[in-house]
Amino acid sequence: MSTPAPRKQIHLGAHFPGVNNTTVWSDPRSGSQIDFASFEHLARRAEAARFDFFFLAEGLRLREHKGQLHDLDVVGRPDTLPVLAALAAVTDRLGLAGTINTTFNEPWELARQFATLDILSGGRAAWNLVTSSDAFTGANFRRGGFLPYEQRYERAAELVQVVRALWDSWDDDAVVAHARTGQFVRPGSIREVRHDGAHFQVRGEFTTPRGPQGHPVLFQAGDSADGRDFATATADVVFSAHSTFEAGQAFFADVKGRLAAHRRTPDQLLILPATTVVLGATAQEAAERSHHIRLQQVPGPTAIAFLEQVWGRDLTDHDPEGPLPRIDPDVENLDITRGRVRHVKDPRTIAAAWREQADANGWSIRQLVIEVTSRGGFVGTPTQVADAIDRHVQEDASDGFILVPHLTPTGLDDVFDQVVPLLQERGSFRTEYTGPTLRHHLGLARPAPRATRSHADRALVG
Amino acid sequence: MARPTSPRPLHLGVDLSDAGAHPAAWRTHGSQAQRLFDAERLQQLVDTAQRGTLDLVVIDDSFSLQPTRTTTLRGRLDAALVAARLAPRSRGIGLVPTVATTHTEPFHVSKAIATIDHVSGGRAGWQLGWSADDDDARDTAHFGRRPAVSEAAAVAEAEEAVRAVAALWDSWEDDAEIRDEATHRFVDRSKLHYVEHDGVHFAVKGPSITPRPPQGRPPVVVRVRSDESFGLAARHADVVRISATTRDEALDLRLRLRAAAVAAGREPGDLRVLADAFAVTGPDEASARARLDLLTELDGVRWDTDSLTHVGTARKLTDTFLDWWEIGAVDGFVVRPSSLHTDLDALVDGVVPMLRTARAFREHYAGPTLRDQLGLARPANRFAAIA
Ligand SMILES: Cc1cc2nc3c(=O)[nH]c(=O)nc-3n(C[C@H](O)[C@H](O)[C@H](O)COP(=O)(O)O)c2cc1C
Repeated sequence: MSTPAPRKQIHLGAHFPGVNNTTVWSDPRSGSQIDFASFEHLARRAEAARFDFFFLAEGLRLREHKGQLHDLDVVGRPDTLPVLAALAAVTDRLGLAGTINTTFNEPWELARQFATLDILSGGRAAWNLVTSSDAFTGANFRRGGFLPYEQRYERAAELVQVVRALWDSWDDDAVVAHARTGQFVRPGSIREVRHDGAHFQVRGEFTTPRGPQGHPVLFQAGDSADGRDFATATADVVFSAHSTFEAGQAFFADVKGRLAAHRRTPDQLLILPATTVVLGATAQEAAERSHHIRLQQVPGPTAIAFLEQVWGRDLTDHDPEGPLPRIDPDVENLDITRGRVRHVKDPRTIAAAWREQADANGWSIRQLVIEVTSRGGFVGTPTQVADAIDRHVQEDASDGFILVPHLTPTGLDDVFDQVVPLLQERGSFRTEYTGPTLRHHLGLARPAPRATRSHADRALVG
Repeated sequence: MARPTSPRPLHLGVDLSDAGAHPAAWRTHGSQAQRLFDAERLQQLVDTAQRGTLDLVVIDDSFSLQPTRTTTLRGRLDAALVAARLAPRSRGIGLVPTVATTHTEPFHVSKAIATIDHVSGGRAGWQLGWSADDDDARDTAHFGRRPAVSEAAAVAEAEEAVRAVAALWDSWEDDAEIRDEATHRFVDRSKLHYVEHDGVHFAVKGPSITPRPPQGRPPVVVRVRSDESFGLAARHADVVRISATTRDEALDLRLRLRAAAVAAGREPGDLRVLADAFAVTGPDEASARARLDLLTELDGVRWDTDSLTHVGTARKLTDTFLDWWEIGAVDGFVVRPSSLHTDLDALVDGVVPMLRTARAFREHYAGPTLRDQLGLARPANRFAAIA
């Protein structure tokens, strides 16, 4: 008899609530999305539960709807990297992952910011690389909306190449600080970087030592074919939107299957979908709570605003508790909402399908919006949820999850208290951190310094 | 002997850059040069500065390595992130990183400093940096964005950036977040403002993604190093760092700065003029001299400073501070310890108690924010409707 295979280890991230209608602000327990105390609460609780990392999203322009700032959801958040640097002061082991755009930032700056975060946190930095390149966001930057959509991953790839060259331009043991001889860095241990590409021309000696992780962990969150290619070639973690079991397995197989072409192995790229958890003492109680949360997430005006995105016209004269509009979408006005991902299908087709669905089920506008915007997520008793999470991971629908709470900052407290211990009992989740860095938590190797790597390359061809 | 209480307290900052202001500081005993980039070393320095109720710490930065002609020390961390790292475990003391505007987008600068202000409960400042070809030609090459610029051009760009950044800080009114359940509105959008900055160097639409910082606008620190930066300071700085080797030189600069501020339509009392003060301290003059001699020997060349430089006891340094301050030559000093580990202790345990005895310096922090320490009122929001 063979011994049972060791259980695949689950990786978990704690997502700070975002600026969209997943986050419920009308609940009496809802706290500030700005005060540092909120960030500290979630990070400390996540660390106590031995989570792999804490996660921050980013958006560089406030969303607009019908030509005005969208005012129904949480609006406003602090800057990603300073928040993570501050969290490094109040946590010891938790990974600190931040979303940063590659279109409206420059490689020299990003390289020193992430190297600094990695050093200040003792090797816990991660960068979720996003490529949003729209002119709407660009209006906040001197370059404006200069980047054609097709070039967003081209720029991102070149940017990562430059950033990695900068991180590798200091040897790991460059700083010797020999007071007696006056040698602060070992001669030859900092090399000038020269890069002359389509998007960047960079030349100089980099300012910041190589961080404890060599390279901070790189996440990627784009879902297009280009995005998947980029992830398989370059990223350590994919932050995906495919959280259901079947879609997860399909995505997992697709992305991991592309790795061999890049001479990478499946354990070198982790797939972590975003998901939500709603718990109850019984399955029914959990379902009721979940329904209550959905109602909080989609109040009447939010339902109408959502519909307006598809209809391209003002629908405020419609009752959210009443039937869907009989009038057809205005296909000339699809830019009605700006600052978030757009629908790609023909709105008339979507509208017809929704009308049909609503008629068949007797749904109001609000009920329909609740149904069509539901992303699944785990709903059940702690045992049911732990079983489901574990099954997703053991059966290769994911390598773990990034959990998105609906309440700031306490929304994951019950998961930490009730679900994590069950995963630990099953032997699928760590009970203690076993190393200092995020790469260690995620089972990712530390990238070799450049000197060693080029030597290895030579050995390969020779 | 107690002096009469002045209505105008003295202000003290300290420069935490590198291992100290002397190029050879890292080589001296106790410098912890091996831990130069260790956050806990910096945290301990801030603890010390905070024990002395100093107004603020400043952290230099540049996109270039330290020039080889001035020091053997190599390496820098991003100053804004260092300031953020120091925020949660400090109280009262201002955290002032240098953030340069020559390459960094005003939108990014604005939310970074605003966020340090949020995570520190109102203790951020911004030391405005820029890189011009005469002092840091290499900076621009790193970016490949465009050729190096002259001091005049870099300062002009910095001035435009500071205007855009300040407008972005104001782009949220303080009470914009309403969480009104009756109408389901989270914000009152009439209190969020497009800044519509359309200048020579930048176009910034706004509003910021980050709500207005606790201080409204964190204090802006400008170092005067040229005619151009003098004008920039007079028009925009809350804190001006000057270099002056004599009291009369400082007095002349301070009076001219205040006059230029008035000419720009500002209240002269809204400026805090702090002189850089390099300090090599010792229990007696001879040991201070001996410390400097050792540093000089290690470095191989005479220490080249451009401002007040004190080599001697804490008592003598205190007297010099009081002498400059009492006649109004300065509002205070940014101390640049020759070696951080030695001279910061001497400042906090030697100079500060004597300044307190002289009733020139605070016993306790005046409030939670940097503006509280500097005695600067929280600014009104330019976009807020006049009630
Ligand atoms: C799960 C997930 C989370 C994302 N989070 C962000 C974010 O916080 N900020 C952002 O600007 N874009 C975010 N994006 C957008 C993508 O990162 C990407 O830049 C965009 O979708 C364009 O790339 P694509 O065409 O490959 O999807 C996210 C995407 C996914 C799938």
